[in-house]
Amino acid sequence: MDAIVANPSSATAAAHVMPGSGFKVSARDCNVYYGEKHALKSVSVDIPDRSVMAFIGPSGCGKSTFLRCINRMNDTIPICRVTGKITIDGQDVYDQSLDVVQLRARVGMVFQKPNPFPKSIYDNVAYGPRIHGFAQSRAELDQIVMTSLEKAGLLKEVKDRLTDSGTSLSGGQQQRLCIARAIAVSPEVILMDEPCSALDPIATARIEELIDELRSNYSIIIVTHSMQQAARVSQRTAFFHLGTLVEEGETGHIFTNPNDKRTQDYITGRIG
Amino acid sequence: MSGLYFGTLAVLMLAAFFAVRSRAQALANVAAAPGMRDVRYSLHSLPIYHGLLAATLVLLPMLIVFAVGSPIVIKMAETQALARLPAEVVSDELSRGAALRDLYNILTGKFQGEASAQLKGAAEALRSATSYGNWIVFAIGVALAAAALFFSIGHVSSDFRARNSFERIVKMVLFACATVAVLTTIGIVFSVLYETLRFFFDPALKGRPTVTDFLFGTEWNPQAALRADQGDIKTAFGFIPLLTGTLLITLIAICVAGPLGLLSAIYLAEYATPSFRAWAKPVLEILAGIPTVVLGFFAALTVAPLIRGWGESFGLDIASESALAAGLVMGMMIIPFISSLSDDVINAVPQSMRDGAYALGATKSETIKQVILPAALPGIVSAFMLAISRAIGETMIVVMAAGLAANLTFNPLDAVTTITVQIKTILVGDQEFDSAKTLAAFALGFVLFFFTLILNVIALIIVRRYREQYD
Repeated sequence: MDAIVANPSSATAAAHVMPGSGFKVSARDCNVYYGEKHALKSVSVDIPDRSVMAFIGPSGCGKSTFLRCINRMNDTIPICRVTGKITIDGQDVYDQSLDVVQLRARVGMVFQKPNPFPKSIYDNVAYGPRIHGFAQSRAELDQIVMTSLEKAGLLKEVKDRLTDSGTSLSGGQQQRLCIARAIAVSPEVILMDEPCSALDPIATARIEELIDELRSNYSIIIVTHSMQQAARVSQRTAFFHLGTLVEEGETGHIFTNPNDKRTQDYITGRIG
Repeated sequence: MSGLYFGTLAVLMLAAFFAVRSRAQALANVAAAPGMRDVRYSLHSLPIYHGLLAATLVLLPMLIVFAVGSPIVIKMAETQALARLPAEVVSDELSRGAALRDLYNILTGKFQGEASAQLKGAAEALRSATSYGNWIVFAIGVALAAAALFFSIGHVSSDFRARNSFERIVKMVLFACATVAVLTTIGIVFSVLYETLRFFFDPALKGRPTVTDFLFGTEWNPQAALRADQGDIKTAFGFIPLLTGTLLITLIAICVAGPLGLLSAIYLAEYATPSFRAWAKPVLEILAGIPTVVLGFFAALTVAPLIRGWGESFGLDIASESALAAGLVMGMMIIPFISSLSDDVINAVPQSMRDGAYALGATKSETIKQVILPAALPGIVSAFMLAISRAIGETMIVVMAAGLAANLTFNPLDAVTTITVQIKTILVGDQEFDSAKTLAAFALGFVLFFFTLILNVIALIIVRRYREQYD
């Protein structure tokens, strides 16, 4: 919360702050091309630590594309090309010397559709710690799994059936399992790409509560189509439109008194 | 005659369809006319359903009459014709068959030499009785079809549920097709089972083995029981050498095709560029299209001498027909089954699984080993099982490359033989199925069927047990 108070609230003002000065994630002049298509146009934004940043905007506006730049998930798309600079704690994400495996251990991701592996609940959570060699013993691994499930608010529901398949859970539980899976790698940043769009309102409320709890330990970036959700869970909001970042600032400010006419039109339902 | 019958059938069907449909359409037009929007006139079913139902009602009775009537006509006509021939000709089944062939040859003008007056008379009787009977069948069919046609025209009304009736008929036709397929399978199993039981328990059969001899005997030499006057010669129907031969060749084939097929599938699905995959996969699938007889002489003429040559340079004595040559080529044959099917199931694993693993920092090979392959396992197991079934059932390659000698050995450098090869060897050239030798083929077939059944059951259990379901 301190970061929000301390920082100016518009995109133009934020652009003056140098990368690495108090922000967790900073992007400068970030462009993404899918083949010929210019999908993301010169986006610069700073994301504070230990808070929730929401990306809103109509479909195809580039918000998910930008999100996937931060942990370099766009690398898996052959025709995709990224220019500009994105830093985490001042370290360039696209630096040649940076290992993408280590980057993704620092930046967790939760997807639109819950995608637990077809393995047991335990193995789902233990997957990340195992591939990164975090645990020296079974007891240590157990500890990580339990803590992660606890933090994701799932432990009480699944502690008696950790060997059941992750896919046997309900949609909302599966999504919380995916969050626990991401947390188990102890990331610093968690990216959430419309994490509630496949869930019913009750499961959505659980996830939103969870995001609010996780805020004290992680920097969270959430892409959402629901403006109510952005207003409920985020401290800062960025509005994307047609591949550009139109406006970024304190959530309360964006939703009550936006500077840009397009933001105004979107939040009142006139475009999008 | 059947041309006329089916021509009439087609004409009547078309007539029924168009007549009934236009009648229903006329009713519908009345209902849709301005000022006539009245539920009482609107049709329950679309006009086309009235037409289709009428056409089906014409088709079915005519088909049934033909299917039932024709054999009856032939049977009665033949009986009448044979009645005109001397009793000694008719009493014996063989001479009766020969006489009938003569009669049909006279009718088609292919009779060699000069036919006797008696034969000619009988042939004439056959012809007239057949023609008479066919006209009766035709008359009954057309009468029923006409009745169906008038019934359908009379039944067109706003609340006649033509669609429901037609769909019920469609469902029954589909059910009939499924039943035919299932009954065929059951029929084959029972006919093989019946001959197998004869092989083991028919007291008239000379040289038949006991079940124990067959299942646990270690010597296979069916030629020993070839002739009836050799009844006292000790026969050898021990099935074990064939089983070990089959298993040995299948094992070699799977050792070749399993790793090659699965690894190429992983490469094609996960690493290859789309353009490479676009031509590599069809080329691999062409391998499955090579006739096995071609692969067989490739094995016998190219691979086997090659292996023999290599063996000699190492000081090994390798039979010119070896299990290794047959197994290697059979492995090549089943590579496409494993690679193509595995490639399909790997591709069917949702992208979200890969994304989930990558986002946790998994490398590509970790993702494949720990997430994609477990998720694709049921499909991969099915691919292997299909390939093994193909290998067990394969005949030509083994005939050509592995020989006919029923050696009880696990040495891949020896000549061996398989169950399928022996079935083929036993039956080629034989017409009568009344010696222990020929009936042995049915026993082998039954055992083969039983083995593949067990394999499929095992595969099913593996798939159920280790299924990692994703959604």
